[in-house]
Amino acid sequence: MTLHTLSVLVENKPGVLARVSGLFSRRGFNIDSLAVGETENPDVSRITIVVNAESSPLEQVTKQLNKLVNVLKIVELDPQVSVARELLLVKVRADRAARAQVLETVGLFRARVVDVAPDTLTIEATGTPDKLDALLRDLEPFGIKEMVQSGTVAIGRGSRAITAGPALRAA
Amino acid sequence: MTRPTPETLAHTARRARPGAGAAGDPDHAPAPRAGAAPAASRAVPAAPEGAPTPVRQPATAQVSGAGSLVRSLEALGVDVVFGIPGGAILPAYDPLYDSTVRHILVRHEQGAGHAATGYAQATGRVGVCIATSGPGATNLVTPIADAFMDSVPMVAITGQVARPMIGTDAFQEADIQGITLPITKHNFLVQTAEEIPQVLAEAFHLASTGRPGPVLVDIPKDVLQAEVTFSWPPTLELPGYRPTLHPHGKQIREAARLMSAARRPVLYVGGGVLKAGATEGLRRLAELTGIPVVTTLMALGAFPDSHRQHLGMPGMHGTVAAVYGLQKADLIVALGARFDDRVTGKLDSFAPDATVVHADIDPAEIGKNRHADVPIVGDARHVIDELIAAVTAERAAHPATDLADWWTQLDDLRERYPLGYEEPADGTLSPQYVIKRLGEIAGPDTIYVAGVGQHQMWASQFISYEKPQTWLNSGGLGTMGYAVPAAMGAKVGRPDTTVWAVDGDGCFQMTNQELATCALEGIPIKVAVINNGNLGMVRQWQTLFYGERYSNTELGTHKHRIPDFVKLAEALGCVGLRCENAADVDKTIEAAMAITDAPVVIDFTVGKDAMVWPMVAAGTSNDEIMFARGVRPDFDENDV
Repeated sequence: MTLHTLSVLVENKPGVLARVSGLFSRRGFNIDSLAVGETENPDVSRITIVVNAESSPLEQVTKQLNKLVNVLKIVELDPQVSVARELLLVKVRADRAARAQVLETVGLFRARVVDVAPDTLTIEATGTPDKLDALLRDLEPFGIKEMVQSGTVAIGRGSRAITAGPALRAA
Repeated sequence: MTRPTPETLAHTARRARPGAGAAGDPDHAPAPRAGAAPAASRAVPAAPEGAPTPVRQPATAQVSGAGSLVRSLEALGVDVVFGIPGGAILPAYDPLYDSTVRHILVRHEQGAGHAATGYAQATGRVGVCIATSGPGATNLVTPIADAFMDSVPMVAITGQVARPMIGTDAFQEADIQGITLPITKHNFLVQTAEEIPQVLAEAFHLASTGRPGPVLVDIPKDVLQAEVTFSWPPTLELPGYRPTLHPHGKQIREAARLMSAARRPVLYVGGGVLKAGATEGLRRLAELTGIPVVTTLMALGAFPDSHRQHLGMPGMHGTVAAVYGLQKADLIVALGARFDDRVTGKLDSFAPDATVVHADIDPAEIGKNRHADVPIVGDARHVIDELIAAVTAERAAHPATDLADWWTQLDDLRERYPLGYEEPADGTLSPQYVIKRLGEIAGPDTIYVAGVGQHQMWASQFISYEKPQTWLNSGGLGTMGYAVPAAMGAKVGRPDTTVWAVDGDGCFQMTNQELATCALEGIPIKVAVINNGNLGMVRQWQTLFYGERYSNTELGTHKHRIPDFVKLAEALGCVGLRCENAADVDKTIEAAMAITDAPVVIDFTVGKDAMVWPMVAAGTSNDEIMFARGVRPDFDENDV
């Protein structure tokens, strides 16, 4: 099994996410990560799905996804020629004694402090899943009180856009 | 029993009959899909082809949402809908009262759904059913799933509770859009009255084009009640829907090359060929190439049973020749078929030496179960037409392989293992005999509609299907109870054709209430109940695989005669007949054939021990086919 990243362009309408995710759950695929948002065209949303699956059942799901009337386009992004990022917000215990060390870690990972309380810092970081895992590992000893992570968003490298195409232009 | 009833007269007074040509001659009528070619996002909807000319509408009018719904149905050329009113859909029934659309009041929503399917399968047009919210809508779930599995063009319209009540567990609320998500081609929850014409036009377009399927339109009650300006035609906005109709030329040429070079080729024909109206082309392709043809359960009638090149139906209860033909083939050309498990048996031992050309309009079918060496995405009609041209060109360049040896083997199998049955030793009436005689007496112009089980398989085996759209059944979902309501829908769609339902005593007890609809609405179908007193197919499996322990398969229709089907038929306003011995079979069928003004039910009391053969047991290889109990065909001397 390998991780696959699918970019699915869909009509921005109610219920579309349920249609898409239903095709994965029915076949017992666990979606590793999911991110949805509008594109440059407000009528079109982009769903980024990371799924751990064999290629041949995944091909079947992709074909079934293509059959959904609200799905406009599906592209599997090759990790070699695409950029993938996640967003992490993490609340770390950081009293006076530990604060300097926490800030040093934040600096090393080019993360940012977005909220300060007397005994905690809230840190924002973006990056590949590997980088965020490394950051979390370094912050762990200080004590992680709470964290939240977004799904992966990904985009192909180079000047080509997958949103180009007659069906995807703004109405 | 005087006929026609007041209900019938009221309807005939205002109903517009569709043109005759389309239904009776599907090959020459425009294919329902053909109009779909420019499935562009801004196309103007055409009425489904083969439908009557749309009623002329003023360009705009002030109406209610319900009025907009009914006017949209009229503009789409709908001549009949099957349904039952209820609270949430009630506003729609007011404008329906004086519409040109005939509404047939069924007794259960499941009946409405299967009737819409029967209508669609018999005519090629979109079948329409209507139900109210909650239980009305959930009762449509089975026929919608059935239509989904068999790719039937159907539009189901349901009432929904008013928008402010949605999600509050309101009275008769069910999330039917959510429930039918995995069993519809697409579904809509209408949000405003303004979008009703567009949604209806999109629903009909989706249902009838590409790979056909059911589409559900759920309309909240307050949307039906809202005032709105109706205008027609609407604009379709389906940017993500672009069915591929024309196959790729390179793949067609490769397929043609393989078809000319193969030594043991088989054309494996599925229901897609019937839906594409490609049966005439199929005959020409088969005769041009001399390749043997097998037709699946969904494709019976796509190629004449009497044709010399027809090996019969493949699969679990297929003919030995058809099963062997596929199994030993070096080339399988699948046309509008989907390598269903009932056809392939144990998948990894299916047709081990075959190269596969797989043509289907749905790209997701290709390679789903069996790897396709030559995948072809396209409408079967275009695929077959282009194959004919490509094969002709190929044969002009290179002589085709001689298939004489292949035919010798297949003919030998046909001769040694024909379809047949043994007369029951206990002297009871043989169900196969009844069905065989029914087919011979009613003839190839009759539409036969089967339920699910032994009687369905015997009807597929012992009736000769010569023409498209003469065999209707529930193939994919295997819905017991399909026959009576589907026969009703077929008869409504093709009123001048004799329609026989071949049903089992188990199936018949699931949906026979629609005979009341048939009696009152003047829909004179005929029902042959193959009454063996048991859930026959389940009993057959208990005989073969569960040590003859007949757990819960005895229905009591013999032992206790509960219900008495003759009395039941009469209570439902039909003529009831009974036949208990072979000598009476012909005259009972003839008596039923002579009655044309009322539905007729014949209770054929048959023996319970007859079994369906040949049989490939579930989960085993097609190589293990049994010709009869304990009899395996002798393939060895033919092995290639």
